[in-house]
Formats: sequence, structure tokens, C-alpha cells
Amino acid sequence: MANLHAAPVNKGKLFSIYKLPGFTFIAVACFLMLYAPILILVGYSFNSGSSLALWEGLSLRWYFAAWENETVQGATLLSLVIALQAALYSTVLATMAALGTTRTRPFRGQTAIYTMINQPLMVPEIVTAVALLIVFATIKQATGYQGLGFLVIAHTAFCIPFAYLPIRARLEDMDTSLETAAADLYATPWRSFRRVTLPLLWPGILAGAMLAFVISLDDVVITEFVKSAGQDTLPTYMLGQLRRVITPEMNAIASALLAVSVLLVSLIFLINRKKT
Amino acid sequence: MADPVAISVNQVSKKFGHGKDAFFALEQVSVDIRENEFFTLLGPSGCGKTTLLRLIAGFEHPTTGHIQLRGEEISHLPPFKRPVNTVFQNYALFPHLTVAENIGFGLEMQDKPAAEIDSTVAEMLQLVQMESLRDRRTDQISGGQQQRVALARALAPHPRVLLLDEPLSALDYKLRKGMQIELKRMQLETGITFIFVTHDQEEALTMSDRIAVMNKGRILQIGSPTDIYDRPSHRFVADFIGDTNFLDGELIEANSEGAVVRLSSGKTVKTGPTDAAANTPVSITVRPEQAVLIEDLDAADLQGTVTNVMYSGTDSHFHIELTSKEEFVAKVQNAGPARRDWQTGQTVGIKFHSHVLQVVSD
Ligand SMILES: Nc1ncnc2c1ncn2[C@@H]1O[C@H](COP(=O)(O)OP(=O)(O)OP(=O)(O)O)[C@@H](O)[C@H]1O
Ligand SMILES: [Mg+2]
Repeated sequence: MANLHAAPVNKGKLFSIYKLPGFTFIAVACFLMLYAPILILVGYSFNSGSSLALWEGLSLRWYFAAWENETVQGATLLSLVIALQAALYSTVLATMAALGTTRTRPFRGQTAIYTMINQPLMVPEIVTAVALLIVFATIKQATGYQGLGFLVIAHTAFCIPFAYLPIRARLEDMDTSLETAAADLYATPWRSFRRVTLPLLWPGILAGAMLAFVISLDDVVITEFVKSAGQDTLPTYMLGQLRRVITPEMNAIASALLAVSVLLVSLIFLINRKKT
Repeated sequence: MADPVAISVNQVSKKFGHGKDAFFALEQVSVDIRENEFFTLLGPSGCGKTTLLRLIAGFEHPTTGHIQLRGEEISHLPPFKRPVNTVFQNYALFPHLTVAENIGFGLEMQDKPAAEIDSTVAEMLQLVQMESLRDRRTDQISGGQQQRVALARALAPHPRVLLLDEPLSALDYKLRKGMQIELKRMQLETGITFIFVTHDQEEALTMSDRIAVMNKGRILQIGSPTDIYDRPSHRFVADFIGDTNFLDGELIEANSEGAVVRLSSGKTVKTGPTDAAANTPVSITVRPEQAVLIEDLDAADLQGTVTNVMYSGTDSHFHIELTSKEEFVAKVQNAGPARRDWQTGQTVGIKFHSHVLQVVSD
């Protein structure tokens, strides 16, 4: 018995990839490559001078500058408005899709639907962007409507899979016998959903909504293609600015965006860990 | 004397799958379960016990046949419209609700007034002796306590019929014995019809008013524990419940009072009534404790040689090879009056009381 157990462990040690020469070096190098630029960016956002290369002292100067910049204010507001709506709509749709793909008897085309929901994860974003551009341009021309609706619809669409995944994962973990028990105790399907499924699903929905929010907030490509004149979100505004002069103000905005994303992703992690 | 019928299952079959994968989990099952009855479905794993409960609860619908509750057809009703509650094998307690909220769930869904829910929940907590844990979350109580909550939750709406799917199988031996007594007490106190599923024959015998023995999707026999134990109708029933011996014989004659069977020894014995036709080969069954070992071979119904003696404290088991080469086991109480000093190799006579022999069909 003892030998049987010892054998695979030894084998694992002998052939462990972690023990190959250079593995640690490569891992550290990858890590540095990934995070060093971000750390430098964050660091320089606190630079008091206007140079991107020369450190002149610690200050919040660029954060104040960005805060008082009216264009930045407008872009931030727009980003939030779009991200909030996109998160809301995509989460509602994703919840319905997740219920439809896990809480019904298997039906023909279920896999196809599953693939279609996840399509934005697999199709290159630029392809979706061009396709949306063409469709929306036609509609814009036909109706004359130039409003935010297009951006909201586009963001909702590509946020659905991100909202869908945590919700579906949660539903699949959930014991269906709870819903059976609710039905046995006189709960109609709707009341069983309200009183049993939804409360248990809530952490998944919250995680999905926050993920969708972050994804929408950070999007550049699709927004850039779909937006009408004057509809700059924070990322597209930054892209526009970078084409001209790079000021540390960009560092400050990027750092702030990063902070929001990290915060939300940590929250998602916490929610999912606590409730299992 | 007989109470009215609570649940009537009539010629119900349940098919799963289609085409060549089709499989009948239940075939032509009919049974009437009376009010106030503690009725047990007993059978080996996969025989269709859970399927029958799910049909009565409404989680599945019969492929053919009818299910009636107090004479009203219910096979088409969804589960939430049936006055039938279930204690699930895995309990299925709501993890986001407290013990009290779990118990009150059924009443809440029936839109009962808050005061009534509160008082019924309090009553139920008392019935299952869980008052002190009413505000605990259900994942913070022990398995035995969860079992009680599941029971209280199913009893609280005071259903006509309570379905219990192996509710004790997850408990350890001692807790199980205690809960058996409590279940029986609650059934008597509430007067609710219990349909209880188990594959433990001892549990079935001690708790039930009547038992249905199932095998491969069919009900083989329905009867009181003594009917099932003393007068098994089928070889499977006799074998599934307790230890038994089977002997080959030939049916000489049969009527409603009983039958006469010629054993391989040439002796004839009287048995209980049977449907088998005269002059056909039959099997008869006799329990090890229902045979008496005697010295007088002429007076014996069978004779054979002791091949093995097994002492087990209260009893001794004598393995005997009959002259017909059949194997027979006799059980003798060590404290009883019967002789028990038989030795291996000794020739013994076996004598039956006519009322203990039973013809079984295959
Ligand atoms: N949904 C289903 N689809 C296909 N076959 C099923 C389904 N449910 C049950 N069966 C089959 O029907 C048969 C009876 O199942 P059932 O669950 O009623 O057995 P059981 O008597 O409750 O057994 P156990 O004592 O193991 O719980 C089994 O062979 C099972 O595989
Ligand atoms: Mg079962």
C-alpha cells in the first residue's frame, strides 16, 4: 500500500516541469514583462513633473488635472452610463439564457445555443466591430437616430458571455432537488424561482454583472467603431489623446481605471469564495 | 374496519427512454393505500421504488395507468397542486433559509396567515424536538437534525399523504433505530398516511402496517409483515425477506384451505393455499426456525446428514444434506426445549408444522 502511494509521488518529482532548469527564470521573466510596464505606469502617474521618463517627485498633480478636465469628466460619465446599462441588460439576458440552458430538459440545438451565447469570446473583436459598424451605419442613415442606444446595444451584446459564465457555473453547482422540493411544497414555478433559485443564484448574478461592467468599461475596439461623433468613452478618449501628446494625465486615468477593475475583480472573487 | 383508500395506483407503467433504449421502470403496478396506513415499498436497488414515489408526488407522469387520491384522478396535476409531501433521501433542505423558515416554507407557499405559520412551525419544532435550533441555518446542524427538519417541513402543511424515500439510510445504526420509533410515533400522532421506501427488510417488518415487495418494476406481493414473512407468494419474496430454504415437490391437490405437496422424500405435507395446478412441480419454502430436528426418522418429513454446525450465541444453525442432495438449514434456539446436540455426520429427521410450509411461484 505504502509503495503504491509513494511511486507516483516520486515519479511526479522526477519529471516535474517545475524542476526543469530555467523554468523559474522564464516564469519570472513573463511575470515582469506582464506587470513591470503596468507598475511603471502607475508609478509615473504620481510623478510631479510632466516628463514620462524623468522622476521629479511625488504628487497627485495629474490626478487633479484629469479630475478637473471637462472632457475627461464627460467621457467618464459616458463610460459609466454605458457600462451600467450594459451590465444590467446583459446580466438579465445572461440569467435567462443560463436558466434556459441548465433548467430545461435537453433539447435539440442546445449546444448550438450555448456556442452562440459564447460567440463574442471566440470571434475576433474587430470582426464584431466591423459587422456592428455596417449594421448600425445603415440604421443611423435610415432613421437619423444618433443616440447612445447603439453603444448600449453593442456593449450589452459582447458582455453577455462574461455575465453568462459565472451565472451558469453557479446554476450547475446548485442542487436541482431544491427546486423539486419547492414544487413539492406548493411553490408554483415562478414562486420557486423567486424564493429558492434566485436567492441561491444571487452571488453568481452579482459576479456576472460586475464582470460585465468591467468588460464594458474597458472596451476600446467596438466602441471606437460604433460611436457617433462626440460619444467618447474614457478608453476611446485616451486612445484619441495618445495619438497627439502623451501626458502623465493619461497615466493617472489609466491607473484609476486599473484600480476600479482590480477592485471589482477582487470583489467577484470574494463573493464567489464566501458563498460556496 | 378497513379505512378508506387514500392513494389508488391503477395499472401504472412508467417507461424511460425511446425506441431500443426504452426501459420500463414500472410495469402494470396496482396498489391501494389506505388512510392512516404506514405503507412500505420494499425491494432491491433499481426495482422502481423511487419512480413510484415520484409518480405519486407528481415529479413524473405515468406512461399508462391512473393515480387517484381519495377517488380523484391526480395523474395530470403538477406537484405543487397535490396535497402530498415528500421527505427526500438527501433531505433537500433550503440552505439559504433557517430551520424555522424551512419548516414554514410549504405554508408560506400556500399563503397561510403569518400567525398560523408561526404556530404550526412551533408545533412542528416541538414534534421533532428541535425548538432550540429554530434560527440555525440548515448547513449548521447535524445529519440527524437535518433529517428531522426535512420531516417537519414535509409534515407542516399537513398533507394527506407523506412520501418518505429511504429517509433513514444516511443515519448511523443507533440514530436509525431511534428515528424508526419516532417516525412510527409521528405517524400515529398525526394520522397522516405514510408511504415509506426502504430496501432494509428488517426496517420494513418492524414499522409497517402493510408492505409491498417489489422487484424489477413489479409489485410481487402486498400484505402485512406477518403475511409477507410467513406466507411469501414468490420465491423472490421469501428469499429477500429473511433466510429461507426451498424444497422441490409435486402438488397433489389444492383448494382454498390449503394444498398437499409430495416432497422428494416421498412424504406428503400440507401447505398454505396456492394457485398452482395439481400434478405440477412446485417449490415450497420453509424458514430455518420453522423446522424441528428429531431422531425418529419414520415420523420425519425429510431426512439428511448434518454437514456443518454453526453456533451463534442465541441460536445454532445446522446445515443438513438431504437424501435428495438438496441443502437445508435448520435453526434451533439454544435456550429452547428442542434438542441441539446434533453432531456433524449424524443422520437426523426434519419435521414441519403444516402451517409453516408455503408454495412459492418463481
Ligand atoms: N429519469 C430516468 N431515466 C432513465 N431511467 C431511469 C430514470 N429514473 C430511474 N430510471 C431507472 O429506473 C429504474 C428504477 O429506478 P428507481 O430510482 O425507481 O429505483 P429504486 O428502487 O428507487 O432504487 P434505489 O433503491 O437504488 O433507490 C432504475 O433501473 C433506473 O436506472
Ligand atoms: Mg430510490
